[in-house]
Amino acid sequence: MSAKTVPGQDAIKAKGWLGAHKWLVLRRLSQLSILAVFLAGPLADLWIVKGSLSSSLILGVLPLSDPFLVLQTLAAGHVAAGTALLGAVLVLAVYALVGGRVYCSFVCPVNFITDTARWLAKRLDLPKGWQPARYVRLWVLGSVLVTAFASGTLAWELLNPVTMVHRGLVYGMGYVWTVVLALFLFDLVVSRRGWCGHLCPMGAFYGLVGRLSVLRVSAPKRQDCNNCMDCFAVCPEPHVITPPLRGAETGTGPVILSGDCTNCGRCIDVCSKDVFAFDLRFNNLAPERGAHDDETISSTRHAA
Amino acid sequence: MTEQSQASKPSVLGRRRFLAGIARAAGGAGAFSLMMGLFARQAQSLPVQVLRPPGAGVEADFLAACVRCGLCVRDCPWPTLSLAGVGDDMPVGTPFFIARKYPCEMCDDVPCVKACPTAALDHNLTNIDDARMGLAVLVDQETCLNFQGLRCDVCYRVCPLIDKAITLKRRHNERTGAHAMFIPTVHSDTCTGCGKCERSCVLDTSAIRVFPRHLAKGRIGEHYRLGWVEKDAKGESLIPGQVDLPDRMPDNVTITPRGPKP
Repeated sequence: MSAKTVPGQDAIKAKGWLGAHKWLVLRRLSQLSILAVFLAGPLADLWIVKGSLSSSLILGVLPLSDPFLVLQTLAAGHVAAGTALLGAVLVLAVYALVGGRVYCSFVCPVNFITDTARWLAKRLDLPKGWQPARYVRLWVLGSVLVTAFASGTLAWELLNPVTMVHRGLVYGMGYVWTVVLALFLFDLVVSRRGWCGHLCPMGAFYGLVGRLSVLRVSAPKRQDCNNCMDCFAVCPEPHVITPPLRGAETGTGPVILSGDCTNCGRCIDVCSKDVFAFDLRFNNLAPERGAHDDETISSTRHAA
Repeated sequence: MTEQSQASKPSVLGRRRFLAGIARAAGGAGAFSLMMGLFARQAQSLPVQVLRPPGAGVEADFLAACVRCGLCVRDCPWPTLSLAGVGDDMPVGTPFFIARKYPCEMCDDVPCVKACPTAALDHNLTNIDDARMGLAVLVDQETCLNFQGLRCDVCYRVCPLIDKAITLKRRHNERTGAHAMFIPTVHSDTCTGCGKCERSCVLDTSAIRVFPRHLAKGRIGEHYRLGWVEKDAKGESLIPGQVDLPDRMPDNVTITPRGPKP
């Protein structure tokens, strides 16, 4: 395995730099433009979007709300009588179509921080550090909801670095830089991809949504795979790749069905053989036997 | 467990390991929940000068409902509302105002309440005069100029509900023996807690302040009955047939009762 070399060199040779960074560039553009429309109001008095990712109003008519936050208010005993329920359902519907953790890869501002930390960690060749099991985030998610229910307050919002960072960007940073620095250092030296990949309950929530999502990354040309391992090297959740990519013999379909997959498309970028592509979850017929094999998700999680 | 049995009973070991993993995760999650809950209890306390937007209601309910999106801040046409930042001594991301800095201007259309997507700000509040953000209290009689017998009156004059929420009550000026003092008096049934009085108090540090209502207001015991109130309500004495004996007074003194004769 070419651990020390930068992954994606073959892809750049085969497809050119832009071809090998298409989804990465689109993803950064998406993150930046979402941030830009949120900032256009306060900075340029251009109110396309009001509010924050927690809850917003687009062009004065379309309400959008974070379903995880609205779920917490329900757990805390408050039935949102305003537009938040509608907004949360709309957001859920969108992520159920395009992939739950598209929030993590294309929207969330913390992705900048943790991606930078990972990039630097690779550059400095730092050890991976603490790698708790991936399912820990599900327990964190459960804790957040149980605490909201037991305390009758949105307790997690007192700690949630994701909303703090976004709110800081939109409403003024203040001491939010301490949160940014803490996240960065945690991911850099304590735990590689620790926040987004192992702990964040928002990611866990959107991962659950993503189990149903229609748009998925698939490996339709997996027979062309030359085992260069570049996709595993760039993937933020590499355990999701194995079953579809290596599943031809066991009859597993080529679609990545795990909700953990963020649909970031980086594997599509770095593959010089164009093994991966975005596809619908329904096109998951394995050559041997047709299967919507959700079992593979849990079995790989235990393996990982 | 020996290595032999490990090899011979993989399923038992697997189950044992699985259960141990579950127990570990559940323990960790439980500890995390407890810590988070305890932290939330502490972090719920609000500095006394901090007021919530109109319609926020009881603080505990507000903190269950507010998603900290800031839409109320955006729709507030004044610099009144802002969101608590990281490191502020109140729940991060929640909207607040400090009356001495920027009081609530009491917009007729209550835009902040309309903007709230979760109704953490109660959407039934359509008349801003019904808002109860806090209650003004003249906390310091030793510095209030009106209490010195001067005619400052500023808090009274800026009150959006002048002569309802704040009135001036006349009192004899004992110092001069010849003048009246006009005492600013807040009425809790009409005061919205907008904070304009606190904002405009001419002292270096305001003598009148808006406090959260639960801190500012006393409450009379449930069993208490004020005789004259009950009498008014009934229209006559609660104990009928009482003989009203004449008050025996010193010579040359007469008293005229204020109320109607029984």
